[in-house]
Amino acid sequence: MHEKLIFEHSAPGRSADAQYPRVPVEAPVPAALRRASPPLLPEVSELQAVRHFTRLSQLNFSIDTHFYPLGSCTMKYNPKACNQYAMLPEFINRHPLAPESTGQGILQILCELQDMLKEVTGMRGVSLTPMAGAQGEFAGVAMIRAYYKARKDFARIEIIVPDAAHGTNPATATMCGCTVKEIPTLPNGDIDLDSLQAAVGPQTAGIMLTNPSTIGVFERHIDDLRRIVHEAGGLLYYDGANLNAILGKVRPGDMGFDVIHMNLHKTFSTPHGGGGPGSGAVGVSERLLPFLPVPIVGRESDRYRWLDEKDLPQTIGRLSNFMGNTGVLLRAYIYMRMLGRDGMQRVSEFATLNSNYLAARLRVAGFELAYPERRASHEFIVTLRHEAHEWGTNAMDFAKRLLDYGFHAPTTYFPLLVPECLLIEPTETESKEELDAFVDAMIAIRHEAETEPDKLKGAPWTLPVRRLDDVRAAKQLDLTWKAA
Amino acid sequence: MPFIPHTEDDIRTMLEAIGAPDIDALFEEIPANLRAPGLPGVPPALNEMEVGRLMADFATRDGRPLNFIGAGAYEHHIPSAVWSIVTRGEFYSAYTPYQAEASQGTLQLLYEYQTMMASLTALDISNASLYDGASGLAEACLMAVRANRKSKSQRILLPVALNPTYRDVVQVIAGNQNIAFELLPYDQKGGQTLVSALDQYTGQDITAVALQQPNFFGTLEDVDAATDWAHANNALMIGVVNPTSLAVLKPPGQWGKLGADIAIGDGQPLGVPLSSGGPYFGFMATRKEHVRQMPGRIIGRTLDLDGKSGFTLTLQAREQHIRRAKATSNICTNQGLLVTAATIYMSLLGAKGLAQVAATSMQRTQQLVDALTRVPGVRLAFDRPRFHEAVLLLDRPVKPVLESLARRGIIGGADISARFPSLGAALLVCATETRTLADIDTYAQALTETMRNSAAAA
Repeated sequence: MHEKLIFEHSAPGRSADAQYPRVPVEAPVPAALRRASPPLLPEVSELQAVRHFTRLSQLNFSIDTHFYPLGSCTMKYNPKACNQYAMLPEFINRHPLAPESTGQGILQILCELQDMLKEVTGMRGVSLTPMAGAQGEFAGVAMIRAYYKARKDFARIEIIVPDAAHGTNPATATMCGCTVKEIPTLPNGDIDLDSLQAAVGPQTAGIMLTNPSTIGVFERHIDDLRRIVHEAGGLLYYDGANLNAILGKVRPGDMGFDVIHMNLHKTFSTPHGGGGPGSGAVGVSERLLPFLPVPIVGRESDRYRWLDEKDLPQTIGRLSNFMGNTGVLLRAYIYMRMLGRDGMQRVSEFATLNSNYLAARLRVAGFELAYPERRASHEFIVTLRHEAHEWGTNAMDFAKRLLDYGFHAPTTYFPLLVPECLLIEPTETESKEELDAFVDAMIAIRHEAETEPDKLKGAPWTLPVRRLDDVRAAKQLDLTWKAA
Repeated sequence: MPFIPHTEDDIRTMLEAIGAPDIDALFEEIPANLRAPGLPGVPPALNEMEVGRLMADFATRDGRPLNFIGAGAYEHHIPSAVWSIVTRGEFYSAYTPYQAEASQGTLQLLYEYQTMMASLTALDISNASLYDGASGLAEACLMAVRANRKSKSQRILLPVALNPTYRDVVQVIAGNQNIAFELLPYDQKGGQTLVSALDQYTGQDITAVALQQPNFFGTLEDVDAATDWAHANNALMIGVVNPTSLAVLKPPGQWGKLGADIAIGDGQPLGVPLSSGGPYFGFMATRKEHVRQMPGRIIGRTLDLDGKSGFTLTLQAREQHIRRAKATSNICTNQGLLVTAATIYMSLLGAKGLAQVAATSMQRTQQLVDALTRVPGVRLAFDRPRFHEAVLLLDRPVKPVLESLARRGIIGGADISARFPSLGAALLVCATETRTLADIDTYAQALTETMRNSAAAA
């Protein structure tokens, strides 16, 4: 299946003019500031545009069409109600700077969302403004820096990250002007506490950690870890990428974390949209409350208003032009209200059940789990090092062949410390039948790897394109279309 | 169980396969002293009908007032086709297109988007989006520091007439990296940035100069002179632009003799509703030679094993998942779905439609200014040519006037007095093509009455 570029549907003089303002007028722009020639935008009819983009959509895998077990991404079902009610005309037509008196409904929603997120994380305060996980991380580390600056402890600029950490962790630390120190993970999946003890000191600003970790196991010595970091004067940062695993079971605040970001587009089921928008709300413990990014919704008797720099003079400040990705926050709110307190606990229960079931079945089928002696959390790792060694079929080959079988591939080659790995996260919204079908596909592919390895190495065979040449893409840059 | 498909039989079979007595046993590695007793602070579940009613009640409370605010977010007509396609599950519920072969729809769309944005800004290349315009400017400043190898100073000049929140956000995001921001004043009569203020920096090491076109007041800037000054002084030029305006205004790539080096802005006007503040998206375009310094996702066209053309994420060696602490930015998830909306919007409007939206918005704002400045106690702040916003000066504090208008169902503009104290009581207003002459008349009458009543009360 192939779809031409929209520009190739274009013909001079064609238009979708039902969308134009009715009366054409000349723009009164001074000659020196006027655009000389029009931009290259398509000239198509409305039907041509609709058909083109609908066809493009059909070239995608998505949750609505495929099992999508992408590890650490929490690709769960996005209930349709969340979209429907977040797009009520009053919400989507509201200007963010309209007076608060005209936005009491939406402010109440956001205030209740802050309160629910405090409850599920065990943190004292929440700000909803960060626009994605990485911006939430930025806010978190910036708050840690602001905290030490306020204490005039200028030496604390080092952030410790485990070697299994997501790439945004070290990248964020750098953006905040911190240096990064990596510490190793033990063969059993826990963090090497001796290395941690050796790493901390008067330069330690904090540690960035996700628990369960990116290798899909719960850090059992979290109490000791917290003690080591806090005793050294550092703070604990919780990367909420894996919050789905522990919702209602254990709270980051109770584990002793000082700051957390949540990916509402993972745990709270707002759509990933083919790469965003996300939302990276942050929560903090008592001592970081003054530094939260603004604006935050405050409640005074029965009125709601935005708290800003005047209310929080020590805030790290603003991260966006307005108040973050409000539309995403509305979707998260609706989802949380539909789950309720019991439904939220079921999320982690069934996400973990699905993950452990899938792990158990794959293990019985002969696949090697990276941490077989550990209980899987909401995700787990299969290492295909034997398959790569014996038959020359690596993790990427398995991933691409899975696409032919109608499954989106798991996360590949992450975390970096496990060779030839697939990080598999089924989420709670998948049925047993779907998981069984995935296992069947993995078994069939493994058989192909042994008998017809070219079927994997050449995969995918049945998608709109076959395997793409990434090296060529980077060397012979073709980033925009040009008319022939 | 909402959104969980398991039957009792399923649960039993699955636990047997795992070898666990019950679901709770799956959490045995969590130390007992840390286990939460549940979430009593979260309300009980609602079904879809109940949550629908709840949301409708909230929405009704907020109503649908008539809006005359811009200030960085603009109410334009959005064709029905845009969000009808955007919310298709295949776009809405897909992830970042890491598995290129299973994401050709998203990838091809982003390639088309990059082409449209490069052309709209008259620069070589565009990335696939940033979070919003404000954080996009912060990324542009960080990029300029990396890209301008002739400069060692990390000094960047920003205009006072830049959206003040953009300046706040830039300080927060880039502030931890030892970049010094210095301010260029504006002309109190015309509202444009004083290009002559650049003279005091001539011969100094300046990393970059940013200019917003149109600026926060809606005034058109002398972008050519500023760009030429920047290049004569080995500084990079950053253009902060409104995408709608680019259909009629000289694009950044053609500013001055050489063109701006980086263009950024908020893409919200291109088919994204006001949405109470977001999600919007930031766009960024630049020259070819700076591509490896650009933050964010970039899509390239390449060939597959059969020699057929296809699309993939490229230049990933810049990004956090490869470069970790040395990445160009920590950005990962961006604003893909909003870019989907913008691409469909630009396809439907085309160059001609977008130019008409821009021209009609300029005309409507002029009509709004004419009508409101006839109201006693209201005058225009700046006399220079503008795009689709204007600053009005009132003879009394703005906030009570806006509250009074809000009670009449009119959102009368943004009160910018606190951010620009030298202006006095200043109100930033905007009318796009979505406001009719009748709307403008309604506003003018309401303002007349409000001003009369509050004068009477005073």
